[in-house]
Amino acid sequence: MSAPAPAPDLQGLYRQIVLDHSRQPRNQRRPEHPDREAEGHNPLCGDKIRVYARLRDDSVEDVAFEASGCAICIASASLMTEAAVGRAVPMVRALGQQFEAALSPGGGHLPGDLAALAGVGQYPSRIRCATLPWKTLLAALDASPETVTTEQMSPSR
Amino acid sequence: MNVTAIRRDFPILAQQVNGHPLAYLDNAASSQHPLQVLEAIQHYYTHDHANIHRGVHTLSHRATDLYEGARETVRAFINAGSLREIVFTRGTTEAINLVAFSFGQRLAPGDEILITTMEHHSNIVPWQLLCERSGAVLRVAPINDAGELLLDEFVQLLGPRTRLVSVAHVSNALGTVNPVKAIVAAARARGIPVLLDGAQAIAHGAVDVRELDCDFYAFSGHKMCGPTGTGVLYGREAILRDMPPWQGGGDMIRTVSFSGTTYNDLPYRLEAGTPHIAGAVGLAAAIRYLTAIGMANIAAWEAELLAYATAALAQIPEVKLIGTARHKAGLVSFNVDGIHPHDLGTVLDQQGVAIRAGHHCAMPVMERFGLAGTARASFAFYNTTGEIDQLVDAVRVAQRMFA
Repeated sequence: MSAPAPAPDLQGLYRQIVLDHSRQPRNQRRPEHPDREAEGHNPLCGDKIRVYARLRDDSVEDVAFEASGCAICIASASLMTEAAVGRAVPMVRALGQQFEAALSPGGGHLPGDLAALAGVGQYPSRIRCATLPWKTLLAALDASPETVTTEQMSPSR
Repeated sequence: MNVTAIRRDFPILAQQVNGHPLAYLDNAASSQHPLQVLEAIQHYYTHDHANIHRGVHTLSHRATDLYEGARETVRAFINAGSLREIVFTRGTTEAINLVAFSFGQRLAPGDEILITTMEHHSNIVPWQLLCERSGAVLRVAPINDAGELLLDEFVQLLGPRTRLVSVAHVSNALGTVNPVKAIVAAARARGIPVLLDGAQAIAHGAVDVRELDCDFYAFSGHKMCGPTGTGVLYGREAILRDMPPWQGGGDMIRTVSFSGTTYNDLPYRLEAGTPHIAGAVGLAAAIRYLTAIGMANIAAWEAELLAYATAALAQIPEVKLIGTARHKAGLVSFNVDGIHPHDLGTVLDQQGVAIRAGHHCAMPVMERFGLAGTARASFAFYNTTGEIDQLVDAVRVAQRMFA
């Protein structure tokens, strides 16, 4: 066997906070009486997620999820639940759009711990892992009956 | 076999990826092209290109000769009895769809098609579509925990209504080499034709369709050092002769009039439109290249690589192999405890190691094993044990990262 290869430069993708959230996800549970829920699926890699939300007075009182997915997907879902709780629904929608924009070419600012996921934008094959939880949460808030999928690729991309 | 010399024919392999030497271990998805193939295509476009089968001019004659010469190269490579049995397609997927559309026209409600759990989606979905059109029923023979076909159960599923058997020669997700001679013997004893999906077999050992005694054999050019968009359907002439056209257009007709159209002979009847002429030229060059190395030499070296990789990965207790059949082709499908295959694929890529991570277009296999996906390293004759060391080292780095 040859000598171990030097550690790859993956700090941009797997920041410590991302690894921490993937190992110990927050709010990974099924709440008793969710007002809203939606399912998301990434057929490319098999990631599956179910996102639950409880609302009060047009604010998100609780968000939780159940998922089977990669570290990026799980960490993103975990960070999302912390970012969304206590916010007004329109604010959460705006944050979801901001999140997707920040991971797109050109990038953008992400507030708080969500910034730990900004590096995902440098790995095109992984962007959808990070955006799946958000797409699913927004579908839940919209009470969309369709399963969300990350495979709606436009020919221009 | 001199792998060092062989690798000089593949300049794409001699590059750095993310600061590391590339270890290309994704050959089951697509193989790389030697200079001989690239030069054949370049030469064709530089000197000989025109449309085929219809021109009265010199270039058209040359292009036709090259295209039909490629057909002969394919025929000889798989030892088919006749050029009429070699149909060029866009790939394995199109070859299987051709059979599903054309052969499938004779199916009636209640007829059965038998496949196995380990099929690639391209050997599942065309039959599901055919079942929707015809009312036929898709039957699936099970596999064991090692990823081997349960032959007894397979034979029991051959019934009076079974009209076609379609199985992988080699599983793309597990590496299992199926007992195709026993499968063909059991089916043909009952008068049932057999299609073998040879996509993962054709570049890894000698394939002789007459020895296999199969009725159809489908494969892709791009998994055997040839261009994408090329493929072959071998069909036993007695069956092809009775199969109706599946696509209409130029080249597949004899005469066209509004009162009726007559069709061309085999194999042209099943090849509508201007084909991928340069692709066929490249495919023939790839076959000449593989033949010069020797399919037996290729099979022997890849068996060594498989044994080396299996032993090396066994040194890591957290690695679990998926697919441990007694007869395997040169690929290892595996999972590492605590690391999702998608994450593993990214960390390996950052160390120059190209593998596939996911369901490998074989979702029912993943379901059978209760997995979302696997990491898959798949070998070609130009791979080295050094590249497998690089893979194993990279897995250890991933383990340290995710520990």
